[in-house]
Amino acid sequence: MTAKIKPSKGAPYARILGVGGYRPTRVVPNEEILKYIDSSDEWIRTRSGISTRHWAGPQETVAEMSVEAAGKAIADAGLTAEDVDAVLVATVSHFKQTPAIATEIAHRLGAGKPPAFDISAGCAGFTYGLTLAKGMVTEGSAKYVLVIGVERLSDLTDKEDRATAFLFGDGAGAVVVGPSDVPAIGPTVWGSEGDKAETIKQTLPWDVYRGANPEDVRFPAITQEGQAVFRWAVYEMAKVAQEALDAAGITADELDAFIPHQANMRIIDSMIKALKLPEHVAVARDIETTGNTSSASIPLAMERLLATGQAKSGDTALVIGFGAGLVYAAAVVTLP
Amino acid sequence: MAATQEEIVKGLAEIVNEIAGIPVEDVQLDKSFTDDLDVDSLSMVEVVVAAEERFDVKIPDDDVKNLKTVGDAADYILKHQA
Ligand SMILES: CC(C)(COP(=O)(O)OP(=O)(O)OC[C@H]1O[C@@H](n2cnc3c(N)ncnc32)[C@H](O)[C@@H]1OP(=O)(O)O)[C@@H](O)C(=O)NCCC(=O)NCCS
Repeated sequence: MTAKIKPSKGAPYARILGVGGYRPTRVVPNEEILKYIDSSDEWIRTRSGISTRHWAGPQETVAEMSVEAAGKAIADAGLTAEDVDAVLVATVSHFKQTPAIATEIAHRLGAGKPPAFDISAGCAGFTYGLTLAKGMVTEGSAKYVLVIGVERLSDLTDKEDRATAFLFGDGAGAVVVGPSDVPAIGPTVWGSEGDKAETIKQTLPWDVYRGANPEDVRFPAITQEGQAVFRWAVYEMAKVAQEALDAAGITADELDAFIPHQANMRIIDSMIKALKLPEHVAVARDIETTGNTSSASIPLAMERLLATGQAKSGDTALVIGFGAGLVYAAAVVTLP
Repeated sequence: MAATQEEIVKGLAEIVNEIAGIPVEDVQLDKSFTDDLDVDSLSMVEVVVAAEERFDVKIPDDDVKNLKTVGDAADYILKHQA
Protein backbone atom coordinates (compact mmCIF):
# COMPACT_ATOMS: atom_id res chain seq x y z
CA MET A 1 0.00 0.00 0.00
CA THR A 2 1.00 3.56 -0.45
CA ALA A 3 1.29 4.80 3.14
CA LYS A 4 1.01 8.47 4.00
CA ILE A 5 4.48 10.02 4.35
CA LYS A 6 4.98 12.92 6.71
CA PRO A 7 6.34 15.88 4.74
CA SER A 8 9.41 17.79 5.85
CA LYS A 9 8.81 21.28 7.11
CA GLY A 10 11.11 24.09 6.07
CA ALA A 11 11.38 27.79 6.75
CA PRO A 12 9.11 30.09 4.73
CA TYR A 13 12.14 31.77 3.11
CA ALA A 14 15.94 31.76 3.25
CA ARG A 15 18.58 34.45 3.59
CA ILE A 16 22.33 34.89 3.75
CA LEU A 17 23.10 35.33 7.44
CA GLY A 18 26.85 35.88 7.36
CA VAL A 19 29.82 36.07 5.04
CA GLY A 20 33.57 35.53 5.47
CA GLY A 21 36.67 35.39 3.32
CA TYR A 22 40.27 34.25 3.35
CA ARG A 23 42.95 35.74 1.09
CA PRO A 24 46.36 34.08 0.97
CA THR A 25 49.18 36.14 2.48
CA ARG A 26 51.36 36.24 -0.62
CA VAL A 27 50.48 39.11 -2.96
CA VAL A 28 51.67 38.62 -6.54
CA PRO A 29 52.03 41.82 -8.59
CA ASN A 30 51.92 41.90 -12.39
CA GLU A 31 55.71 42.34 -12.44
CA GLU A 32 56.11 38.78 -11.19
CA ILE A 33 53.81 37.44 -13.92
CA LEU A 34 56.00 39.22 -16.50
CA LYS A 35 58.90 36.94 -15.62
CA TYR A 36 57.15 34.12 -17.45
CA ILE A 37 55.19 35.76 -20.28
CA ASP A 38 55.84 38.44 -22.85
CA SER A 39 53.38 41.09 -21.71
CA SER A 40 53.24 44.35 -19.76
CA ASP A 41 51.68 45.72 -16.61
CA GLU A 42 49.76 48.17 -18.81
CA TRP A 43 48.34 45.41 -21.04
CA ILE A 44 47.26 43.28 -18.10
CA ARG A 45 45.59 46.24 -16.38
CA THR A 46 43.73 47.50 -19.43
CA ARG A 47 42.62 44.05 -20.67
CA SER A 48 41.65 42.58 -17.33
CA GLY A 49 41.71 45.26 -14.62
CA ILE A 50 44.04 43.11 -12.52
CA SER A 51 47.01 44.67 -10.74
CA THR A 52 47.70 42.05 -8.06
CA ARG A 53 46.41 38.66 -7.01
CA HIS A 54 47.02 36.34 -4.05
CA TRP A 55 48.71 32.99 -4.53
CA ALA A 56 48.48 30.45 -1.76
CA GLY A 57 51.54 29.01 -0.04
CA PRO A 58 51.99 25.35 0.86
CA GLN A 59 50.19 25.77 4.20
CA GLU A 60 47.24 27.54 2.62
CA THR A 61 45.52 24.42 1.37
CA VAL A 62 41.99 24.24 -0.01
CA ALA A 63 40.80 22.87 3.35
CA GLU A 64 42.76 25.40 5.41
CA MET A 65 41.51 28.43 3.49
CA SER A 66 37.97 27.07 3.64
CA VAL A 67 38.07 26.58 7.41
CA GLU A 68 39.33 30.16 7.83
CA ALA A 69 36.65 31.70 5.61
CA ALA A 70 33.89 29.50 7.03
CA GLY A 71 34.82 30.35 10.61
CA LYS A 72 34.41 34.04 9.83
CA ALA A 73 31.09 33.50 8.04
CA ILE A 74 29.71 31.47 10.94
CA ALA A 75 30.79 34.14 13.45
CA ASP A 76 29.35 36.86 11.20
CA ALA A 77 26.03 35.00 11.26
CA GLY A 78 26.15 34.96 15.07
CA LEU A 79 26.31 31.18 15.12
CA THR A 80 28.78 28.50 16.18
CA ALA A 81 30.07 25.54 14.15
CA GLU A 82 27.65 23.16 15.93
CA ASP A 83 24.75 25.11 14.43
CA VAL A 84 25.85 24.28 10.87
CA ASP A 85 23.86 21.37 9.55
CA ALA A 86 25.04 21.13 5.97
CA VAL A 87 28.33 21.96 4.25
CA LEU A 88 28.56 22.58 0.49
CA VAL A 89 31.94 23.28 -1.07
CA ALA A 90 32.23 24.64 -4.61
CA THR A 91 35.71 24.12 -6.05
CA VAL A 92 37.60 22.94 -9.13
CA SER A 93 41.04 22.91 -7.54
CA HIS A 94 40.79 20.27 -4.84
CA PHE A 95 42.99 17.56 -6.26
CA LYS A 96 41.39 14.49 -4.73
CA GLN A 97 38.33 13.35 -6.56
CA THR A 98 37.29 11.35 -3.54
CA PRO A 99 36.45 11.88 -0.76
CA ALA A 100 34.84 15.30 -1.07
CA ILE A 101 36.80 18.01 0.73
CA ALA A 102 33.51 19.16 2.33
CA THR A 103 33.54 16.34 4.89
CA GLU A 104 37.05 17.19 6.10
CA ILE A 105 36.11 20.87 6.34
CA ALA A 106 32.94 20.08 8.30
CA HIS A 107 34.93 17.91 10.66
CA ARG A 108 37.70 20.45 11.16
CA LEU A 109 35.17 23.17 11.87
CA GLY A 110 33.63 21.00 14.59
CA ALA A 111 30.28 20.93 12.85
CA GLY A 112 29.38 17.42 14.04
CA LYS A 113 28.00 15.10 11.35
CA PRO A 114 26.32 17.35 8.79
CA PRO A 115 25.65 16.25 5.23
CA ALA A 116 28.66 17.52 3.25
CA PHE A 117 29.56 17.39 -0.41
CA ASP A 118 31.44 19.20 -3.17
CA ILE A 119 29.99 21.02 -6.17
CA SER A 120 31.70 21.15 -9.56
CA ALA A 121 30.25 24.11 -11.42
CA GLY A 122 33.28 26.20 -12.32
CA CYS A 123 32.95 29.91 -11.63
CA ALA A 124 29.21 29.46 -11.06
CA GLY A 125 29.90 27.02 -8.22
CA PHE A 126 29.11 29.48 -5.46
CA THR A 127 25.78 30.62 -6.92
CA TYR A 128 24.86 26.99 -7.60
CA GLY A 129 25.61 26.27 -3.93
CA LEU A 130 23.59 29.27 -2.80
CA THR A 131 20.63 27.96 -4.79
CA LEU A 132 20.91 24.48 -3.29
CA ALA A 133 21.23 25.96 0.20
CA LYS A 134 18.11 28.05 -0.24
CA GLY A 135 16.24 24.95 -1.36
CA MET A 136 17.47 22.93 1.63
CA VAL A 137 16.46 25.61 4.13
CA THR A 138 13.00 26.17 2.70
CA GLU A 139 12.40 22.47 2.14
CA GLY A 140 13.45 21.63 5.67
CA SER A 141 16.41 19.29 5.22
CA ALA A 142 18.75 21.79 6.92
CA LYS A 143 18.39 24.93 8.98
CA TYR A 144 21.84 26.48 8.57
CA VAL A 145 23.80 25.67 5.45
CA LEU A 146 27.44 26.65 5.00
CA VAL A 147 28.31 27.40 1.36
CA ILE A 148 32.01 27.72 0.59
CA GLY A 149 33.70 28.72 -2.67
CA VAL A 150 37.42 27.92 -2.59
CA GLU A 151 40.20 27.76 -5.18
CA ARG A 152 43.92 27.38 -5.55
CA LEU A 153 43.88 28.24 -9.24
CA SER A 154 47.61 28.97 -9.15
CA ASP A 155 48.02 25.18 -9.11
CA LEU A 156 46.07 24.96 -12.37
CA THR A 157 47.70 27.93 -14.08
CA ASP A 158 50.20 27.49 -16.86
CA LYS A 159 52.52 30.34 -15.91
CA GLU A 160 53.79 30.51 -19.48
CA ASP A 161 50.38 30.79 -21.12
CA ARG A 162 49.93 34.41 -22.17
CA ALA A 163 46.17 34.05 -22.27
CA THR A 164 45.71 32.97 -18.65
CA ALA A 165 48.92 33.44 -16.62
CA PHE A 166 47.81 36.83 -15.29
CA LEU A 167 44.16 36.00 -14.68
CA PHE A 168 43.84 33.59 -11.82
CA GLY A 169 44.13 33.91 -8.06
CA ASP A 170 43.58 31.87 -4.91
CA GLY A 171 41.30 32.29 -1.93
CA ALA A 172 38.14 31.19 -0.15
CA GLY A 173 34.81 32.82 0.55
CA ALA A 174 31.88 31.48 2.54
CA VAL A 175 28.34 32.31 3.54
CA VAL A 176 25.84 30.81 5.95
CA VAL A 177 22.31 30.49 4.58
CA GLY A 178 19.47 30.13 7.09
CA PRO A 179 15.78 30.76 7.70
CA SER A 180 14.03 34.06 7.03
CA ASP A 181 10.54 35.46 7.51
CA VAL A 182 10.75 37.47 4.29
CA PRO A 183 12.11 36.55 0.84
CA ALA A 184 15.84 37.39 0.85
CA ILE A 185 17.15 35.19 -1.96
CA GLY A 186 15.23 35.67 -5.19
CA PRO A 187 14.55 33.07 -7.88
CA THR A 188 17.74 31.73 -9.45
CA VAL A 189 18.10 31.97 -13.21
CA TRP A 190 20.55 29.22 -14.06
CA GLY A 191 21.61 26.80 -16.71
CA SER A 192 24.38 25.28 -18.79
CA GLU A 193 25.57 25.40 -22.39
CA GLY A 194 27.40 22.17 -23.01
CA ASP A 195 27.93 23.02 -26.66
CA LYS A 196 30.54 25.49 -25.37
CA ALA A 197 32.23 22.97 -23.07
CA GLU A 198 35.52 23.36 -24.91
CA THR A 199 35.82 27.13 -24.40
CA ILE A 200 37.13 26.88 -20.81
CA LYS A 201 38.65 23.61 -19.75
CA GLN A 202 41.42 21.70 -18.07
CA THR A 203 44.00 20.93 -20.75
CA LEU A 204 44.34 17.23 -19.94
CA PRO A 205 42.38 14.73 -17.86
CA TRP A 206 44.20 13.34 -14.83
CA ASP A 207 44.42 9.87 -16.31
CA VAL A 208 47.01 10.96 -18.87
CA TYR A 209 49.44 10.22 -16.08
CA ARG A 210 48.50 6.56 -16.01
CA GLY A 211 51.52 4.75 -17.33
CA ALA A 212 53.09 7.97 -18.65
CA ASN A 213 56.49 9.26 -17.75
CA PRO A 214 55.60 12.38 -15.69
CA GLU A 215 58.35 14.29 -17.46
CA ASP A 216 56.64 13.78 -20.80
CA VAL A 217 53.32 15.21 -19.65
CA ARG A 218 52.81 18.84 -18.80
CA PHE A 219 50.78 19.31 -15.61
CA PRO A 220 47.14 20.06 -16.48
CA ALA A 221 46.09 23.71 -16.48
CA ILE A 222 43.01 25.75 -17.28
CA THR A 223 42.89 27.08 -20.83
CA GLN A 224 40.25 29.16 -22.53
CA GLU A 225 39.20 30.71 -25.78
CA GLY A 226 39.32 34.21 -24.35
CA GLN A 227 37.37 36.07 -27.00
CA ALA A 228 34.62 33.47 -27.26
CA VAL A 229 34.19 33.52 -23.50
CA PHE A 230 34.31 37.30 -23.42
CA ARG A 231 31.61 37.53 -26.09
CA TRP A 232 29.41 35.04 -24.25
CA ALA A 233 29.87 36.87 -20.96
CA VAL A 234 29.11 40.38 -22.20
CA TYR A 235 26.18 39.31 -24.35
CA GLU A 236 24.50 36.26 -22.85
CA MET A 237 25.33 36.88 -19.19
CA ALA A 238 24.00 40.41 -19.22
CA LYS A 239 20.70 38.90 -20.37
CA VAL A 240 20.78 36.30 -17.59
CA ALA A 241 21.47 39.04 -15.04
CA GLN A 242 18.48 41.00 -16.34
CA GLU A 243 16.30 37.88 -16.13
CA ALA A 244 17.30 37.42 -12.49
CA LEU A 245 16.26 41.01 -11.76
CA ASP A 246 12.95 40.47 -13.55
CA ALA A 247 12.34 37.17 -11.76
CA ALA A 248 12.83 38.91 -8.41
CA GLY A 249 10.61 41.82 -9.45
CA ILE A 250 13.46 44.27 -8.87
CA THR A 251 14.42 47.15 -11.15
CA ALA A 252 18.01 48.32 -11.63
CA ASP A 253 17.04 51.45 -9.67
CA GLU A 254 16.13 49.39 -6.63
CA LEU A 255 19.53 47.67 -6.50
CA ASP A 256 22.17 48.77 -4.00
CA ALA A 257 24.96 46.49 -5.15
CA PHE A 258 26.11 44.40 -8.10
CA ILE A 259 28.39 41.47 -7.32
CA PRO A 260 29.24 39.61 -10.53
CA HIS A 261 31.80 36.84 -10.78
CA GLN A 262 35.17 38.59 -10.95
CA ALA A 263 36.33 37.26 -14.33
CA ASN A 264 37.55 40.42 -16.02
CA MET A 265 36.96 44.12 -15.22
CA ARG A 266 36.00 44.66 -18.85
CA ILE A 267 33.18 42.12 -18.52
CA ILE A 268 31.98 43.89 -15.36
CA ASP A 269 32.03 47.30 -17.10
CA SER A 270 30.15 45.94 -20.08
CA MET A 271 27.48 44.34 -17.88
CA ILE A 272 26.95 47.61 -16.00
CA LYS A 273 26.18 49.29 -19.32
CA ALA A 274 23.94 46.51 -20.58
CA LEU A 275 21.94 46.49 -17.34
CA LYS A 276 21.87 50.31 -17.27
CA LEU A 277 22.86 50.27 -13.61
CA PRO A 278 22.48 53.70 -12.05
CA GLU A 279 25.43 55.47 -10.40
CA HIS A 280 24.29 54.69 -6.87
CA VAL A 281 24.75 50.93 -7.33
CA ALA A 282 27.97 49.78 -5.62
CA VAL A 283 29.85 47.51 -8.01
CA ALA A 284 32.22 44.81 -6.76
CA ARG A 285 35.62 45.34 -8.39
CA ASP A 286 37.56 42.98 -6.20
CA ILE A 287 39.26 41.52 -9.28
CA GLU A 288 41.77 44.39 -9.26
CA THR A 289 43.61 42.99 -6.25
CA THR A 290 42.29 39.42 -6.20
CA GLY A 291 42.27 38.22 -9.81
CA ASN A 292 39.78 35.62 -10.93
CA THR A 293 39.27 33.18 -8.06
CA SER A 294 36.49 31.22 -9.78
CA SER A 295 33.97 29.92 -7.22
CA ALA A 296 35.48 32.03 -4.42
CA SER A 297 35.09 35.34 -6.23
CA ILE A 298 31.52 36.28 -5.31
CA PRO A 299 31.66 35.65 -1.55
CA LEU A 300 35.11 37.30 -1.41
CA ALA A 301 33.81 40.33 -3.29
CA MET A 302 30.68 40.44 -1.12
CA GLU A 303 32.75 40.35 2.03
CA ARG A 304 34.94 43.20 0.77
CA LEU A 305 32.03 45.36 -0.35
CA LEU A 306 30.55 45.08 3.16
CA ALA A 307 33.88 45.45 4.99
CA THR A 308 34.75 48.65 3.11
CA GLY A 309 31.31 50.14 3.70
CA GLN A 310 30.46 50.35 -0.01
CA ALA A 311 27.43 48.21 0.78
CA LYS A 312 25.69 47.48 4.05
CA SER A 313 23.66 44.77 5.69
CA GLY A 314 20.12 44.70 4.33
CA ASP A 315 21.12 46.09 0.95
CA THR A 316 19.73 44.49 -2.19
CA ALA A 317 22.38 42.92 -4.43
CA LEU A 318 22.44 41.12 -7.76
CA VAL A 319 24.88 38.20 -7.88
CA ILE A 320 25.83 36.28 -11.02
CA GLY A 321 28.31 33.45 -11.46
CA PHE A 322 29.39 32.10 -14.86
CA GLY A 323 32.21 29.99 -16.20
CA ALA A 324 33.51 26.62 -17.30
CA GLY A 325 30.78 24.30 -18.49
CA LEU A 326 29.67 26.68 -19.64
CA VAL A 327 27.41 27.23 -16.64
CA TYR A 328 25.73 30.21 -15.03
CA ALA A 329 23.47 31.21 -12.15
CA ALA A 330 22.14 34.60 -11.09
CA ALA A 331 19.86 35.82 -8.29
CA VAL A 332 18.93 38.90 -6.29
CA VAL A 333 19.82 38.64 -2.60
CA THR A 334 19.60 40.69 0.57
CA LEU A 335 23.09 41.23 1.92
CA PRO A 336 23.94 39.86 5.37
CA MET B 1 14.71 46.43 -44.68
CA ALA B 2 18.40 46.05 -45.37
CA ALA B 3 20.58 49.00 -44.39
CA THR B 4 22.64 50.94 -46.94
CA GLN B 5 26.39 51.37 -46.58
CA GLU B 6 25.82 54.91 -45.39
CA GLU B 7 23.38 53.79 -42.72
CA ILE B 8 25.76 51.05 -41.60
CA VAL B 9 28.67 53.44 -41.19
CA LYS B 10 26.45 55.81 -39.24
CA GLY B 11 25.33 52.93 -37.03
CA LEU B 12 28.90 51.72 -36.51
CA ALA B 13 29.94 55.25 -35.61
CA GLU B 14 27.28 55.39 -32.90
CA ILE B 15 28.32 51.99 -31.58
CA VAL B 16 32.03 52.89 -31.51
CA ASN B 17 31.16 56.16 -29.81
CA GLU B 18 29.14 54.34 -27.16
CA ILE B 19 31.79 51.69 -26.50
CA ALA B 20 35.09 53.54 -26.95
CA GLY B 21 34.03 57.18 -26.60
CA ILE B 22 35.36 58.10 -30.06
CA PRO B 23 33.63 61.11 -31.68
CA VAL B 24 31.08 59.94 -34.27
CA GLU B 25 32.67 62.02 -37.05
CA ASP B 26 36.02 60.22 -36.65
CA VAL B 27 34.52 56.90 -37.64
CA GLN B 28 35.21 56.80 -41.40
CA LEU B 29 35.44 53.95 -43.89
CA ASP B 30 39.23 53.95 -44.08
CA LYS B 31 39.81 54.08 -40.31
CA SER B 32 41.35 51.05 -38.60
CA PHE B 33 39.53 50.06 -35.41
CA THR B 34 42.68 49.31 -33.42
CA ASP B 35 45.18 51.76 -34.91
CA ASP B 36 42.99 54.83 -35.48
CA LEU B 37 39.98 54.44 -33.22
CA ASP B 38 41.45 53.02 -30.01
CA VAL B 39 39.17 50.00 -30.17
CA ASP B 40 41.19 47.13 -28.65
CA SER B 41 40.49 43.42 -29.18
CA LEU B 42 37.94 43.25 -26.37
CA SER B 43 36.14 46.48 -27.35
CA MET B 44 36.01 45.03 -30.86
CA VAL B 45 34.06 42.07 -29.48
CA GLU B 46 31.61 44.52 -27.93
CA VAL B 47 31.34 46.45 -31.19
CA VAL B 48 30.62 43.22 -33.03
CA VAL B 49 27.98 42.13 -30.53
CA ALA B 50 26.26 45.51 -30.81
CA ALA B 51 26.48 45.47 -34.61
CA GLU B 52 24.95 41.98 -34.74
CA GLU B 53 21.95 43.21 -32.75
CA ARG B 54 21.54 46.38 -34.72
CA PHE B 55 21.95 45.04 -38.25
CA ASP B 56 20.61 41.53 -37.74
CA VAL B 57 23.80 39.77 -38.87
CA LYS B 58 25.92 36.97 -37.43
CA ILE B 59 29.64 37.74 -37.25
CA PRO B 60 31.51 34.63 -36.03
CA ASP B 61 34.72 35.05 -33.99
CA ASP B 62 36.79 33.74 -36.89
CA ASP B 63 35.55 36.51 -39.17
CA VAL B 64 36.06 39.27 -36.61
CA LYS B 65 39.83 39.05 -37.12
CA ASN B 66 39.43 40.12 -40.76
CA LEU B 67 37.48 43.26 -39.94
CA LYS B 68 40.40 45.66 -39.67
CA THR B 69 38.73 48.87 -40.84
CA VAL B 70 35.31 50.41 -40.58
CA GLY B 71 34.99 49.75 -44.32
CA ASP B 72 35.70 46.02 -43.81
CA ALA B 73 32.96 45.85 -41.20
CA ALA B 74 30.49 47.83 -43.31
CA ASP B 75 31.11 45.57 -46.33
CA TYR B 76 30.72 42.46 -44.21
CA ILE B 77 27.43 43.66 -42.78
CA LEU B 78 26.19 44.77 -46.20
CA LYS B 79 26.87 41.29 -47.59
CA HIS B 80 25.56 39.26 -44.66
CA GLN B 81 22.60 41.19 -43.29
CA ALA B 82 19.31 39.31 -43.23
C1 LIG C 1 42.08 36.71 -21.68
C2 LIG C 1 41.74 38.01 -22.35
C3 LIG C 1 42.05 39.19 -21.44
C4 LIG C 1 42.59 38.11 -23.61
O1 LIG C 1 42.27 39.27 -24.33
P1 LIG C 1 42.05 39.18 -25.91
O2 LIG C 1 41.79 40.54 -26.38
O3 LIG C 1 41.03 38.15 -26.19
O4 LIG C 1 43.47 38.70 -26.39
P2 LIG C 1 43.89 38.10 -27.79
O5 LIG C 1 44.46 36.77 -27.53
O6 LIG C 1 42.83 38.24 -28.80
O7 LIG C 1 45.06 39.07 -28.15
C5 LIG C 1 44.87 40.42 -28.54
C6 LIG C 1 46.24 41.05 -28.73
O8 LIG C 1 46.93 41.11 -27.47
C7 LIG C 1 48.12 40.33 -27.54
N1 LIG C 1 48.23 39.58 -26.28
C8 LIG C 1 47.63 38.43 -25.94
N2 LIG C 1 47.95 38.07 -24.69
C9 LIG C 1 48.78 39.03 -24.24
C10 LIG C 1 49.45 39.25 -23.02
N3 LIG C 1 49.32 38.40 -21.98
N4 LIG C 1 50.19 40.34 -22.89
C11 LIG C 1 50.34 41.23 -23.90
N5 LIG C 1 49.75 41.08 -25.08
C12 LIG C 1 48.96 40.00 -25.25
C13 LIG C 1 47.95 39.43 -28.71
O9 LIG C 1 49.21 39.08 -29.25
C14 LIG C 1 47.14 40.28 -29.65
O10 LIG C 1 47.96 41.22 -30.27
P3 LIG C 1 47.79 41.55 -31.82
O11 LIG C 1 46.40 42.06 -31.97
O12 LIG C 1 48.84 42.58 -32.07
O13 LIG C 1 48.01 40.27 -32.53
C15 LIG C 1 40.26 38.07 -22.72
O14 LIG C 1 40.00 37.27 -23.83
C16 LIG C 1 39.33 37.67 -21.59
O15 LIG C 1 39.47 38.10 -20.48
N6 LIG C 1 38.32 36.86 -21.90
C17 LIG C 1 37.38 36.42 -20.94
C18 LIG C 1 37.98 35.33 -20.18
C19 LIG C 1 37.35 35.07 -18.88
O16 LIG C 1 36.89 35.94 -18.21
N7 LIG C 1 37.36 33.80 -18.52
C20 LIG C 1 36.88 33.34 -17.29
C21 LIG C 1 35.43 33.22 -17.32
S1 LIG C 1 34.95 32.41 -15.86
